[in-house]
Amino acid sequence: MLPMKEAVLAPGVLLRAVQTKKFKNSLLSVTFLEPLTAENAAQNALLSKVLRRGVRKYPDLSSLSAALDNLYGGSIEPVLRKKGEVQCIGFWGTFLEDAFVPGHTPILEEAASLLGQLVLDPAGDGRSFLPTYVESERENLIHKIRSQVNDKLQYSLSRLREEMCCDEPYGLDKLGSEESVRAITGPRLYDRYREMLETAPVCFYYCGSAAFERVENAFRRAFAALPQGKRQAIPQTKVLAEPIGAVRRFQDSMDVTQGKLILGFRTGGGFRALEEIAQGLLFNAVYGGTTNSKLFLNVREKRSLCYFANSTLAQNKGVLQVYSGVEFSNFAQAEQEILTQLTACQQGEITKEELETARRSVMSSLRTTLDAQGRLEEYWLNRFVSGTNFQPEDLAQAVERVTVEQVVRVAQRVQLDSIYTLKGKEG
Amino acid sequence: MIKHTYEQIGEIMYEQRLENGLGVFVFPKPEFGKYYAFFATRYGGMDTRFQENGQWLDTPMGIAHYLEHKMFDTPDGGNALQKLSATGASPNAFTSTAITGYHFECTDQFWENLRTLLEFVSVPYFTKESVEKEQGIIGQEIRMIEDQPGWQAYHLLLEALYHHHPVRNSVAGSVESIAQITAETLYQCHGAFYTPANMVLCVAGDVDPEQVCALAREILPSQAKQEIPRDCGAEEPRTVCRQENSRRMAVSAPLLQMGIKGTAAKDGPAQLKQRLLGELACEALAGSSSPLYHRLYEEGLINSSFYLGYMEYPGCAFLVAGGESKDPEAVRDAILAEGARIAQEGLDEELFQRLKKALYGVYVQGLNSFSNLCVEQAKGYFSDQDPWSFPAIYEAMEKKDVEAFLFSWVKPDQTALVVIYPEEGKSCTE
Repeated sequence: MLPMKEAVLAPGVLLRAVQTKKFKNSLLSVTFLEPLTAENAAQNALLSKVLRRGVRKYPDLSSLSAALDNLYGGSIEPVLRKKGEVQCIGFWGTFLEDAFVPGHTPILEEAASLLGQLVLDPAGDGRSFLPTYVESERENLIHKIRSQVNDKLQYSLSRLREEMCCDEPYGLDKLGSEESVRAITGPRLYDRYREMLETAPVCFYYCGSAAFERVENAFRRAFAALPQGKRQAIPQTKVLAEPIGAVRRFQDSMDVTQGKLILGFRTGGGFRALEEIAQGLLFNAVYGGTTNSKLFLNVREKRSLCYFANSTLAQNKGVLQVYSGVEFSNFAQAEQEILTQLTACQQGEITKEELETARRSVMSSLRTTLDAQGRLEEYWLNRFVSGTNFQPEDLAQAVERVTVEQVVRVAQRVQLDSIYTLKGKEG
Repeated sequence: MIKHTYEQIGEIMYEQRLENGLGVFVFPKPEFGKYYAFFATRYGGMDTRFQENGQWLDTPMGIAHYLEHKMFDTPDGGNALQKLSATGASPNAFTSTAITGYHFECTDQFWENLRTLLEFVSVPYFTKESVEKEQGIIGQEIRMIEDQPGWQAYHLLLEALYHHHPVRNSVAGSVESIAQITAETLYQCHGAFYTPANMVLCVAGDVDPEQVCALAREILPSQAKQEIPRDCGAEEPRTVCRQENSRRMAVSAPLLQMGIKGTAAKDGPAQLKQRLLGELACEALAGSSSPLYHRLYEEGLINSSFYLGYMEYPGCAFLVAGGESKDPEAVRDAILAEGARIAQEGLDEELFQRLKKALYGVYVQGLNSFSNLCVEQAKGYFSDQDPWSFPAIYEAMEKKDVEAFLFSWVKPDQTALVVIYPEEGKSCTE
């Protein structure tokens, strides 16, 4: 067990900390939660990139990097995440543990201070961002949006969400659209920044050897200038329990040699409470989440219809995606086999072995979360977004209790909504 | 059994060379709930030509990777991947240019899983049918990686840098080359390279090191067989094979891949020293806190996708830079000019001192990862070096070493540039 302690530092400002000496570095993060909207997504995505360019004390990339070098290869990077219909904007820092610093010089306070400066004290006159930073990061973001096409699998998954959820915020990309990035101006971005600082709920996170009190003091001091006042509630994700109409099909063609087949399902509701998440995780593992899942064993191994076939569940949105790399000539057969395997789950054709194998895999993954700092941070962010605070171990125990009937009931609520295929170019 | 204590970095490692020649290394990790085991052979994509019993054998490109795929089939008709994952473990394998490694991470039934790992990797089982069936799966994998612009760029770069060195081989081979693979060649290669004397076992977790050795003794062959000498091809000229190459693919912006060919250090401590020096030189040349990086970023010639790093394989070593750029030639020219400038004017002392600190810290942080610990140890073992001796090497490193490194490496005729350009017209959706 790695106990987590928390404290409310101010209304809407939460600190969560895990104390352990098992890692070589500490991890610090700060995350602001904003509703994912077409209006703000691009600005929010650009914000942390512009902030990362420099603070008043270290006004450019090289002086900032030099400061991090001097903290023994510390790093602070912007992280942008999408959790359901919530955009999570923040920074994530890793720093060598004091015990391994020659002379054991303490680093935590300086690390937290740098994190605070990046959020609160951007390079500039205190009333605006440096125009050159806004401009060049805007160009970089446009590049990044365009280069999403380079990763064909991620691109295909994102295209399915875009089409399937075209009337829901979930269909928006976390980076925003190229068009909306283009429309961003320095002054508008600065207004958005101030608004986020003043109104968005914030979570600070720490994992490392320092005691809670020291961590709390470090964050309080580093973020003393964070505006006080009432903050928004944690943004909610709207769940569409069922598809609206008949199955929709979408297709793109590109110069690729291997096709991608993505199926999008609605799961009859989101997964938020402990027991619900446990059941959802186990269903996903049985169906397509592991190398012993029905999809992997049947679509790939038994029938050789694809190079891979997996499923992934967006818990708080209630969307299941199956993704597969397929030869063009096998699209129809692979699709059929993927659906056949879902029907098998719905009809209760799950052997004891399949269930137990899936259960062991889910529990192992939850337990190793405690051994991996990055995954642990992600775990606690998920809890923050869903307003819960159960431990990975609680969830593992809940998974232990899930019955095959409960897994079948989850499967029975799953309905196909949309299908996306990425094909090669004709001729 | 030898116990090594690395106090400064907080690591303990047990070492034992078994009678059959297998190297065993164990990192006890009492605070962790997970276990990790890595079983590897000194055999990879570069090893297609070898000498056994006085006879030269030429095997198809991609055979080490093919063998890796087929090793998971067990004589009882089962599959080791499924057997391992049925316990909740996450098993996998990879083939790189110089090694093939099989590994798993688990929280339960570690000893059972370790037994499975040692058994399936040491007992080959191939049939004509199963080998043929795999052609389709690996063919798909090859097509998939060939679609990746980053892979294409890197592959073209290796072909540009090297005239003969087998690092030019694509690890997975081509659809044509793997068509020549038969069950017989697979047995032959397994027999030659999967012998304990050519292998290493590394474990991290809360385990008794003696018990790891005992299990390895029980399962693996007891006879020590001869190691097969590595063939790195004909003598490699100092200069590159071709200085430029390019392709068009579905990318959004030009993708640059630049290589600088250097001289490989021989196996042993000198090789580790050269690697650490090379890594530091890369940071000094164009790392994120260097003056050049700053300038190129400000000018919009690179973005945060840019990287520069040191790479080495048996018999070859090079620097590789990559990322998106609207003007890849300008980036190459700037890197060459900066290398020459530092070599001539000297490296800024303050920059050198903080890079030493930073790289030391990053190296230590990397030890969080069990797989990193085990894979680094395996590579170190195969090349006769102790990867955990790095703190002392940083301590002893001098500014003039970096300057001398840049002087002898960063030269136009040792440099190759590959660019993946976007396709003409619109590449994306219709």
